[in-house]
Amino acid sequence: MTQMMGQQSIQFDKAVHIISAASVVGKKEGEGPLGNQFDLVCEDPMFGEKNWETAESTIQKEAAQTALGKAKLLPTQIRYLFAGDLLGQLIATSFGVQDMNIPLFGIYGACSTCGESLTLGAMTINAGYADRVMALTSSHFASAEKEFRFPLEYGNQRPLAATWTVTGSGAFVLAENGGHARISGVTPGKVVDFGVKDSLNMGACMAPAACDTIYQNFMDFNRQPEDYDKIITGDLGYVGQTILVDLLKEKGFDISKVHMDCGIEIYDRETQDTHSGGSGCGCSAVTLAAMILPKLEKGSWKRILFVPTGALLSPVSAHEGETVPGIAHGVVIEHC
Amino acid sequence: MADVSKERKNKEYNDYVKQVTPTHNLPLNMAKAFLIGGIICVIGQFIMNYCGKLGLDKETSGGWCSLILILIAVILTGFNIYPKIVKFGGAGALVPITGFANSVAAPAIEFQKEGQVFGIGCKIFTIAGPVILYGIFTSWALGFIYWILKICGVV
Repeated sequence: MTQMMGQQSIQFDKAVHIISAASVVGKKEGEGPLGNQFDLVCEDPMFGEKNWETAESTIQKEAAQTALGKAKLLPTQIRYLFAGDLLGQLIATSFGVQDMNIPLFGIYGACSTCGESLTLGAMTINAGYADRVMALTSSHFASAEKEFRFPLEYGNQRPLAATWTVTGSGAFVLAENGGHARISGVTPGKVVDFGVKDSLNMGACMAPAACDTIYQNFMDFNRQPEDYDKIITGDLGYVGQTILVDLLKEKGFDISKVHMDCGIEIYDRETQDTHSGGSGCGCSAVTLAAMILPKLEKGSWKRILFVPTGALLSPVSAHEGETVPGIAHGVVIEHC
Repeated sequence: MADVSKERKNKEYNDYVKQVTPTHNLPLNMAKAFLIGGIICVIGQFIMNYCGKLGLDKETSGGWCSLILILIAVILTGFNIYPKIVKFGGAGALVPITGFANSVAAPAIEFQKEGQVFGIGCKIFTIAGPVILYGIFTSWALGFIYWILKICGVV
């Protein structure tokens, strides 16, 4: 029986279970509204390492080991690893996962990597190619600033629409059975570009992609916004949220009552000076692990649509005057 | 045909984004810049006057003024205090020579981990590069124009 659903979605005939999840974050995230829900908060931004990149690798390692510990599994029992980060050539991932000796699929989805890794991991298990996989992603404020923007000590005024890259890593163990949350379907997204050039207004860059994926999810599964307890985007922030709701209204769907955004949830805008909210691969990942999955596992929410969003620019493309394309991957997660 | 309509749609979207994107309060930012820039220049003037009182001529006083302001900016950059001043004062802290010092000290600190040659050596002028290049180029261009005008007897 075909599992293809509509134009670009998949409805798994046998849902894939999320049996454990772990979140490791830095100081700022620990001081935010979700502070006491994370598995590990590290005050030292270097995580005991000598540079930002190896610090990010260490965060990934910690998250992976914590997730394995919660599932009472060894790395040898994980068949494949789907992992990625924001840095060039995915160096944080490559160095972070070395010691686990798990076959690795390194992936890049910018801040949508969590959705992409969960999607590919679920597809792999459902198709019978693996019994257990791990989806892993991370971001680090300092390493991202260094790569995409300015050295930390450089003074500059951030625009109000700017977002703050989350320092954190989320790890998820997927299996055929177990746990109380499962992935029942996915809507992989395509690259959507509405011609925004301002890379500091990422919400505006990514909102069209989120709209496209969410709309397609509704079409493919024949669902309405009310069929989900929550529709949660990765890091559109306050500005992006406004735009997303308006874009979907134009297409005939009102998601204002069920929409949430990880970038908005992770920081307190009044006290933490994070302007439009949080961003980065880690943003959606740690929020999923620390806040969203527990609610699903408890049964407070029965079905949600998790849509991390990514801005597919590079420092080079920005300098060359290109626009910032966006992408968003939708994952339907249910209580079980 | 499709390109034209896509362009139009993009333009509409960008106009819409402009409407919903919050921006800083410009008059308030200008006032803060004025305050911070003014304070830095007052400090500079204080140094100049003090040097003058010690009997130094104007040029030497100017040299000391620049040196001391740069030193203060570099130290504040090292202690991660300068970015906080810029966050408040914006251009008021970036335009004076202190801003230039910050833009050179910051990469020097950040890229230390990539080594002396490929890190600090290659990347120290990553932010200040345009200032140096176009500053020198502009002064050359103006000098050239001045020379032409002199030949023509205008100056």
